[in-house]
Amino acid sequence: MAHAKYVVFGILFGFVLTKAEVISWFRIQEMFRFQAFHMYGVIGAAIVVGMISVQIIKRFNVKDIHGDPITITPKDPKQVYRYLIGGTLFGFGWALTGACPGPLFALLGSGLTIMLVPIAGALAGTYVYGLLQHKLPH
Amino acid sequence: MFDWLYQPWPWYVAGPLIGLFVPLLFVFGNKQFGISSSLRHTCATFASKTIPYFNYSWKQEGLWNLLFVGGVVIGGFLGGWVFANPEPIALSAATISDLTALGVRDFEGFLPGDVFSWGNVLTWRGLLIMLVGGFLVGFGARYADGCTSGHAITGLSNLQLGSLLAVAGFFAGGLIITHLIFPLIL
Repeated sequence: MAHAKYVVFGILFGFVLTKAEVISWFRIQEMFRFQAFHMYGVIGAAIVVGMISVQIIKRFNVKDIHGDPITITPKDPKQVYRYLIGGTLFGFGWALTGACPGPLFALLGSGLTIMLVPIAGALAGTYVYGLLQHKLPH
Repeated sequence: MFDWLYQPWPWYVAGPLIGLFVPLLFVFGNKQFGISSSLRHTCATFASKTIPYFNYSWKQEGLWNLLFVGGVVIGGFLGGWVFANPEPIALSAATISDLTALGVRDFEGFLPGDVFSWGNVLTWRGLLIMLVGGFLVGFGARYADGCTSGHAITGLSNLQLGSLLAVAGFFAGGLIITHLIFPLIL
């Protein structure tokens, strides 16, 4: 039951994503066509708040609610290929489906059962990555 | 009084709230905010342990993330169904005109219903946009070790160079599809 809080956090997150309309395929098109500020505002403001929070956590050695030090695991900066190639392939998928992983699930919840198709695709893509991991440049 | 539950929220309200999930998960669970790991954990529930990428305890590492994503589905139900915005999304006129020129007709909901429908799944366009698109979301996110949440928000919040490269890739890929591929397939 210690994990029940994550369901609550997820509900809040899904609700915010939906009210922000960032789960809209059209909003993603506006963004990639540079025709509205909305998506840039949402993502930019999220990064600013996240950045200030992380700097505070690091600067003041903020502990979690159990009193343990908070561990922030950075991604390996030497793996240049995985970020550039993987990132670009992800960008293809993001523009095609108009959804990154969070919105895929929020859209499904909003009643769009058709999102089961891209979700199935995303799981297949994850599985294939797992199979090919050691053959790909990272 | 409860109008705000139905109305869309402006970027300066929604954006900071999204950013707050980074400290929320750190402080209340010592967890790093990110969504696409859930795809790996889901595969790990059934994949063969002979595949190293899936050979770990998904219950120990990933249960919280799967529960979070389950919550996102419920949040989408509340925000997009129970408290659905009755108005169409206030899209830029330029986007509507560009997409109309490409053949999109249905601007009602979150998605163009004339592209995303069960009847279209077995068409080339439907397969490419929905299934191949989804495949690339999953493959790309795991190859890049993160998606919009893990890289663009958590990674950039922590000033990580790798995340900056990944976000540059996200954008490059999105621009290529939008400006070079959609004119051919939409």
